[in-house]
Amino acid sequence: MNKVRNNRAWWLILPMLALVAFSAIIPLMTVVNYSVQDVFDPHTRFFTGTEWFVQMLNDPSLQAALLRQFGFSLTILAIEVPLGIGIALLMPKRGWQASAVLILVTLPLLIPWNVVGSIWQIFTRGDIGLMGWSLREVGYAYNITSSPLDAWLTIVLMDVWHWTSLIALLCYSGLRAIPEAYYQAARIDRASRWAIFRYIQLPKLTNVLVIGVLLRFMHSFMIYAEPFVLTGGGPGNSTTFLSQSLAVMATAQFDVGPAAAFSLIYFLIILLVCWVFYTLIMNMQKDRVPGGDHG
Amino acid sequence: MAEITLSQLAHSYQAQPSGEADYAIRRMDHVWEEGGAYALLGPSGCGKSTLLNIISGLLAPSSGEVLFNGRRVNELPPEERNIAQVFQFPVVYDTMTVYDNLAFPLRNVKTPEETVRQRVMEVADSLDLVAQLDRKARNLTADEKQKVSMGRGLVRDDVTAILFDEPLTVIDPQLKFKLRRKLKEIHQRFAVTMIYVTHDQLEASTFADRIAVMYDGQIVQFGTPQELFERPTHTFVGYFIGSPGMNFMSMALQGEGADGEEGDELVADGQSLVLSQAWQQAVRKALAQTDNVKLGIRPEFVELAVEMVDEEGDDRVEAFLTMVVEHSQDLGTYAIFTLQRDDLRLKARVEEGHPLPFDVAPGTEVRVRFPAQRFGLYVDEYRWEVEA
Repeated sequence: MNKVRNNRAWWLILPMLALVAFSAIIPLMTVVNYSVQDVFDPHTRFFTGTEWFVQMLNDPSLQAALLRQFGFSLTILAIEVPLGIGIALLMPKRGWQASAVLILVTLPLLIPWNVVGSIWQIFTRGDIGLMGWSLREVGYAYNITSSPLDAWLTIVLMDVWHWTSLIALLCYSGLRAIPEAYYQAARIDRASRWAIFRYIQLPKLTNVLVIGVLLRFMHSFMIYAEPFVLTGGGPGNSTTFLSQSLAVMATAQFDVGPAAAFSLIYFLIILLVCWVFYTLIMNMQKDRVPGGDHG
Repeated sequence: MAEITLSQLAHSYQAQPSGEADYAIRRMDHVWEEGGAYALLGPSGCGKSTLLNIISGLLAPSSGEVLFNGRRVNELPPEERNIAQVFQFPVVYDTMTVYDNLAFPLRNVKTPEETVRQRVMEVADSLDLVAQLDRKARNLTADEKQKVSMGRGLVRDDVTAILFDEPLTVIDPQLKFKLRRKLKEIHQRFAVTMIYVTHDQLEASTFADRIAVMYDGQIVQFGTPQELFERPTHTFVGYFIGSPGMNFMSMALQGEGADGEEGDELVADGQSLVLSQAWQQAVRKALAQTDNVKLGIRPEFVELAVEMVDEEGDDRVEAFLTMVVEHSQDLGTYAIFTLQRDDLRLKARVEEGHPLPFDVAPGTEVRVRFPAQRFGLYVDEYRWEVEA
């Protein structure tokens, strides 16, 4: 059969190209544009090259925010992933209990970000908040507006409350997809409960966990509304994460040049971390080089 | 190793079984002797896998007992029964290498690593898996995965029995043949009790010394492949074993009064049959008890002739009929003829060298003879022995 060569077919991708251009490429290019210029007013601008990038990378407060950001993301992942898997393992498998638990677990996911912030703001108040009041009653001087540790722990707790459900739901669906034969074979092979988890359930959850971890990493790395409502980044700068630093720079101080440069760095960090993580996981599933240790 | 006894065993998947039909396994007694190679043969849905899962302990029977060497094991979970089971579809532990997969059942009971290596190498060698030992199980083909699954069953040398649940379903015909031989070899080497579930009679007869044919939740016959072929004790066995299955003719009395008195004529699917005295008596006796009386004969034993030769006094020849060839099926070294006369339909197997050609024209009249010793009398589907 002759292959028909018709370059007009390229026009068919035009709608997609236009859509992506408007939704992603052009907005990103405007950011690139600002990141290499110093703009004073609509008519006055100077080309600055890499100056903003160098400045942003050397800014101590941003470096601190970046470290806090990594600390926060790793902390919540370290809590939410094991906790989510644990909850998924404990969730009932069938019957009305399964439906009831599913609804309960899903509820926190349905609440908008700044509503979550407000809920916790009230929840942690020392005078009328259930948690704040209770902690004080048992003798702990809990105060998120003065103690960086309290603020930090509260934000972590809030994120765990809000998002562990996502990991739990993903894992629950992953667990349901494991055929019964695997459990039967494991019983025949006299596998312990731990071995079943380690060699059947966990491997079968790898794919959903990759998705879960990536989503949670990106989400948490970009966290904004919740700490903004709850602590406003304080006390001091102790809970000021990257998004908030950026927002202050871009909207409060109108430093669009540095803010643009910073946005690009921010974007590249997320991209890099996701890529490294994904590549690592996928490499784990490949065979090792032939000629291993069994002969 | 042990003798496995099923005593008064029955199982229903329903909590409150209301009748026979609700039972996947109907009340049965059976003994699997120590060290035998057995096949459990039957059509899909007859309860084979259910029975296997009850033996291994994955399923608790509704009633009755499972005994290993006379000891009741109903309450023991599979991990304590020390039974190996290979499932229809391969189950491998994805993230482990083939070596670790094979070692898994041994390591779970803290076998010394030296013994593990020795056993794994032995099994890998007999299943041709040595080259794959270092590969991750997830990257294997379906064939290889199933070999790994089987290997995990074979690696344990102290098991009570190894149960196979149609293990070769996903395997290519070529390799199937090889693996069946391998299993047989392994059985001879270790003399471990093996029960092999299949719906393929060829697979059953090449693997097993004795075959249990299962039908509708019951073992209807337990015997060597030859016994199943020559003396099926149930019409289902006759029909299921052999290709094509046994011919069955419904017997009835016909004639004035049809009340079972002497003189009434015996007919097979409406055709009168000349039967010897002994057979006539047996059939009449059976008909006095029930309407469900059948004469069975294997297509292999139906004799055909073109000429009408009435060999008077030949006691080998029990009955004659003139029938018409409806169609013939040429299968290379033999042919299957479908014969017809009014309501009676029979299949006959014709070997090479027979006067009738394989492509005989439909409509040809042939003379059909039934050798007496090849008949089987079936009353309410079960065989009656007739002294001829």
